Amino acid sequence: MSENLQELFANLPAYLGGHMLLSVTTLAAAVAISLPLGIVASRRPRLAEVALGLAGVIQTVPSLALLALMMVLLGGLIGFWPAFLALVLYSILPILSNTVLGIRGVDPVLIEAAKGLGMSDRQLLWWVELPLAAPVILGGIRTATVLVVGTATLATPIGGQSLGNYIFAGISTLNHTSTMFGCVAAALLAIGLDQLVRLLEVAARRRSRRLAYVAAGGLLLVTFGGLYEPVTRWFGGSNRVVIASASFTEQYTLSHAMSQKLEPAGFRPERRQGMGFGVQHLAIQRNEVDCMVTYTGDVWTLLMKRQDYADRETTLKEVTRFLEEDFGVVCLGPLGFENAYAVAMTQDRAKAWEVSSIADMVEFARIRLGRPLKVGGDISIFLHKEWPRLKQKYRLRDGDVQTVSMDQSLVYGAVQAGEVDAIVAYSSDGRLTEYKLQLLRDPEHVFPPYDAILLASRAAARRPGFVEALQPLLGSISQETMREANRRVDVGKQSPKEVAGWLLETGTSAKTP
Amino acid sequence: MIALSNVCKSYDAGGTDAVHDVSLKVPKGSLLVLLGGSGCGKTTTLKMINRLIEPTGGRIEIEGRDVRSLDAVELRRGIGYVFQGIGLFPHMTVAGNVAVVPRLLGWSAERIGTRVDELLDLVRLPPAEYRDRFPRQLSGGQQQRIGFARALAVGARVMLLDEPFGALDPITRDELRDEFLSLRKRLGLTAVMVTHDITEALLSADQIAVMNAGRLLRVGTPRELVANPGDPFVASLLAAPRRHADRLDALLNDTNKRGTP
Repeated sequence: MSENLQELFANLPAYLGGHMLLSVTTLAAAVAISLPLGIVASRRPRLAEVALGLAGVIQTVPSLALLALMMVLLGGLIGFWPAFLALVLYSILPILSNTVLGIRGVDPVLIEAAKGLGMSDRQLLWWVELPLAAPVILGGIRTATVLVVGTATLATPIGGQSLGNYIFAGISTLNHTSTMFGCVAAALLAIGLDQLVRLLEVAARRRSRRLAYVAAGGLLLVTFGGLYEPVTRWFGGSNRVVIASASFTEQYTLSHAMSQKLEPAGFRPERRQGMGFGVQHLAIQRNEVDCMVTYTGDVWTLLMKRQDYADRETTLKEVTRFLEEDFGVVCLGPLGFENAYAVAMTQDRAKAWEVSSIADMVEFARIRLGRPLKVGGDISIFLHKEWPRLKQKYRLRDGDVQTVSMDQSLVYGAVQAGEVDAIVAYSSDGRLTEYKLQLLRDPEHVFPPYDAILLASRAAARRPGFVEALQPLLGSISQETMREANRRVDVGKQSPKEVAGWLLETGTSAKTP
Repeated sequence: MIALSNVCKSYDAGGTDAVHDVSLKVPKGSLLVLLGGSGCGKTTTLKMINRLIEPTGGRIEIEGRDVRSLDAVELRRGIGYVFQGIGLFPHMTVAGNVAVVPRLLGWSAERIGTRVDELLDLVRLPPAEYRDRFPRQLSGGQQQRIGFARALAVGARVMLLDEPFGALDPITRDELRDEFLSLRKRLGLTAVMVTHDITEALLSADQIAVMNAGRLLRVGTPRELVANPGDPFVASLLAAPRRHADRLDALLNDTNKRGTP
């Protein structure tokens, strides 16, 4: 089995567990709400109209939007609860409508017979209406099951844990195996649960007790099998730590490096991918994630919402103060390298054009190039505030430059091949050395500093041995080391796990003279 | 004894009466038939006796007790109710259907078992063969037999029947009616039966109450009614079976003459 698949399977208990926990609690809550509501509504046409209308309106909201909306309505709460709430709202309609339809569909002749025999309203419900409506109600639960299991994958971007972690991590890193793995796992789970509830439905229709036991047994088996991980975690697994990583090479390598430091200290690390980068910060604030690597520039613009520029040291100092005092997480310190935006071009071209800074490049383009300067970069870069600021500070007019948007993984090759003159690069990317690219100085400071810093949640920082285990990483990774590590993964096709080992060796030896 | 005095039912707060000022007495152990066309108020009158429909005026007594002073659910458990729709519960076996009211009353499993067998014998469906069948596996006549058994399960002294043989084919209908009539006599049940079938009324009733447009037109024994209809509507109603009988007579006589030269 390839290392990729091995890693995917290693995460299965946790992701499946999260998925199952979310789906099962959601369905239980949805049944607990919809069934009594449906029973009452089946006797009150006006209430039925209003309830079904509302549930129908909720159903028209796209599922991802509803999840995001719940996160907003709960004041930025992430993880299980907003996902749970959204999915419950989402799955009310099928159960509610089938309950109403099922009870209303009971032959009025039977109602008359039951009343004539002397059944009270309650006895009528339990003895006649519910048993006869059961197959229809179970049909509604079945629809809700498929809906919930499918939609639960969307809990990932708002910080929930589900099989969607595979899918979202796969999409953002173009790891198609991961995407497929997540899709297939979610589909198998949905099909399995659907068939088991269908069996229950058939049992209700045929009034077969034995079939009902088989179906219920199967459901319990699948449910508890899926819940194995969360349940064992509940009992005793106190040495578990969650490492969040964003979806790019360096983050994977660093999350493995953290793992490899924590494991010998007696912790059981679990790497979580696919969460949005912004959501990760909220997760570590709420102690749902224990440690992660982020960048001062991201905190500066994303969380502190600063637009001004400060030098590396001031930024680091202010970001650390903000994180500890205002945001409520522990900043252990910088790792030693930066992953900033930078303008780069090939060393040959820089020499030929005699440029070493962005200012030089702009001047060359305006006076001597005789055509617009072609700059490649990820589409998001040109939408950032930094790009307009670059144009303004260096007086780069629209006519002097032509931006070419492409995936970030393609820009390095593009500049090397001469398809563009310069690119907006990430300063720690390994392809900078591989393709012999030169970073241009930024005397006007349009790009804020992006020092990699190691964060721990307050709860994790209090755990004995936790901070100590990660301590050796601080200040141990130079710009060159990180670039080389990234080059080994991106260009050399080594696994992040393997490279993390190399990174730790190199770093530690560099640190201890 | 069942007694209705000045019973009214209005669905529009007194504007018009679906049943208007009906007074009746059904002596203990006798069968009264409510006869009339559809929409005449006969079923409404019947259902007011076990309070499936609440009257808007008048008074109904069973054994001298005002039905409104009793809990409706309790009241119905003491009254057998059989109707055209039969209404056997499809999710219960024959035994389950017959045992519904005993189970509601919390009888022991043993007592229920004995009673079910007893009742199935009573309606002439061998328990061993029919106990565990489901209603869908029975013919219409067999289903209504179970309907009777279910209505009699806790020893009701009063039976209300709403076109109980209406959904059955003519042969089954005659057979089941005869059985029911002898069973009723044997058990000494007081009964009220609704029908629009004049022949059925004449052949079954101790007393017939003819209704039209919500009003009671005439009450009397079949013999009294045939001898003296006393009302043009009743007369026209009774003319039909008489005409049928005459024609059948003629037909039979004709056949006899030709058959015996």
